[in-house]
Amino acid sequence: MAFDFYVSTMWSVLKALPLTLEIWFFGIAFGLVIATGLTWLRASGSKLGEYFTRAYVFIFRGSPLLVQLYLIYFGLSQFDFVRHSPILWPILRDPMYCTIVAMALNTAAYESEIFRGALRAVPVGQIEAAKAFGMSAFTRFRLVTLPIALRLALPAYSTEIILMTKATALASVVTIMEMMGTAQKIQHDTFRPIEVLTCAGVIYLLLNLSIARLFAWVEYRLSPHLRPPPEQSQQIRPVPEVL
Amino acid sequence: MSANVAAAAKAAPPPGDKSAISVRDMRKCFGDHEVLKGISLEAHKGDVISILGSSGSGKSTMLRCINLLETPDSGEVRVDGELIKMKQSRDGRQMPADIRQVERIRANLAMVFQSFNLWSHMTVLENLVAAPTHVLKRPRAECLEQAEALLKRVGIWERRNYYPPHMSGGQQQRAAIARALAMNPKVMLFDEPTSALDPELVGEVLRVMRSLAEEGRTMLVVTHEMGFARDVSSKVMFLHKGEVDSVGEPKEMFAKPPTPQFKQFIANFNK
Repeated sequence: MAFDFYVSTMWSVLKALPLTLEIWFFGIAFGLVIATGLTWLRASGSKLGEYFTRAYVFIFRGSPLLVQLYLIYFGLSQFDFVRHSPILWPILRDPMYCTIVAMALNTAAYESEIFRGALRAVPVGQIEAAKAFGMSAFTRFRLVTLPIALRLALPAYSTEIILMTKATALASVVTIMEMMGTAQKIQHDTFRPIEVLTCAGVIYLLLNLSIARLFAWVEYRLSPHLRPPPEQSQQIRPVPEVL
Repeated sequence: MSANVAAAAKAAPPPGDKSAISVRDMRKCFGDHEVLKGISLEAHKGDVISILGSSGSGKSTMLRCINLLETPDSGEVRVDGELIKMKQSRDGRQMPADIRQVERIRANLAMVFQSFNLWSHMTVLENLVAAPTHVLKRPRAECLEQAEALLKRVGIWERRNYYPPHMSGGQQQRAAIARALAMNPKVMLFDEPTSALDPELVGEVLRVMRSLAEEGRTMLVVTHEMGFARDVSSKVMFLHKGEVDSVGEPKEMFAKPPTPQFKQFIANFNK
């Protein structure tokens, strides 16, 4: 009896997984684009760029994502010009787009800080060597700075992606029936919170487990120089334990 | 002041065909501290010049000003007779006028660093191939072939697929020398190449450098290795407090120190 309920709930929540993944994917994709822009602005050395990125990070990192989501979904539609704008209104009247926008803006703040730290941590000597061998600024960035910075950013970036996976649950408060929204509806219909929320929680756990493993694998593939030298590596477990 | 320098530079005869590097009246300050107080240097093709001096004498800064890792405040640098063009920036400091020219000249001046500075995410072979393929635009296959030959020459061919952090300091520095050689440079700049090495690893690096000197390469070597300076180099230059204290034949310089400062300097080493 209880087992049947678990199976049917699991199945109903899983049917909402594609929607969760959609929010997740577009949120982090647009977030990455914005974060790249912010990082570039911050690293460009322009004072204006620095003030802008600092203010941006202050605002979007300092306030709750839920507040940002509410402001975007409920708040912006209060303005006439938003409702009459042919570009803004189609985006901001749709709760799905609003969630993606809020997530992208929010994660961009964190990611730009992660990238800034990673860029600063690239050993100066290796960049100097690239300079001394006549590489142009672009070649230097592509061959030396970027590959090293990416490896440095990866652990913190994967944490941010996992946080974003969990943040997709907030979409349920603006009427989206993704996994959390679906789970809440079943819970209201059946008054069986333990079973329903356990199902949702387990799916989130498994989702994050696979994301963490994926990042661990990428990190492993990208960091052969941080592993023991070739003749010893046979004795070492190939993939580090995560989670 | 700067007008005088410009006039003097104009009046001076153009460097001859044999000049590999010519530095004239180079000055550099870090904040209030004047590190280089008007250094001049002439390196002909095939010269091996050891640059000596106690720490803080400006020898590394001078080397780094030649390939513009540091921008000199004034003075001129010619490489192979070609003047590195400089201009005044808005805040009155000197800066390179044409970064493309600087990059082209740097590609002819391979540098070997005290802390190796191999690119840690690339294997040794990739380290040797990166700059020749991306800067000199030479075909990859040809670069790989040359890289393997160079690694055999410096004795670390077996380590060609290793990453730098997996090698000893001496091996890393030999890889760094091979990386510099892969550029077929006109002049090689060595910035204290053995100072970061354990004493027992210094010999292997010095042997490679000695063989380079013997095949007639033009080298500027900032070093504390008195043996190398005395036996291998064709000229010794001693810097003291940002100025050229003395220059000369190594045998004469060490046998009869021309200045009390240099005498004091080598006396400290012989202790």
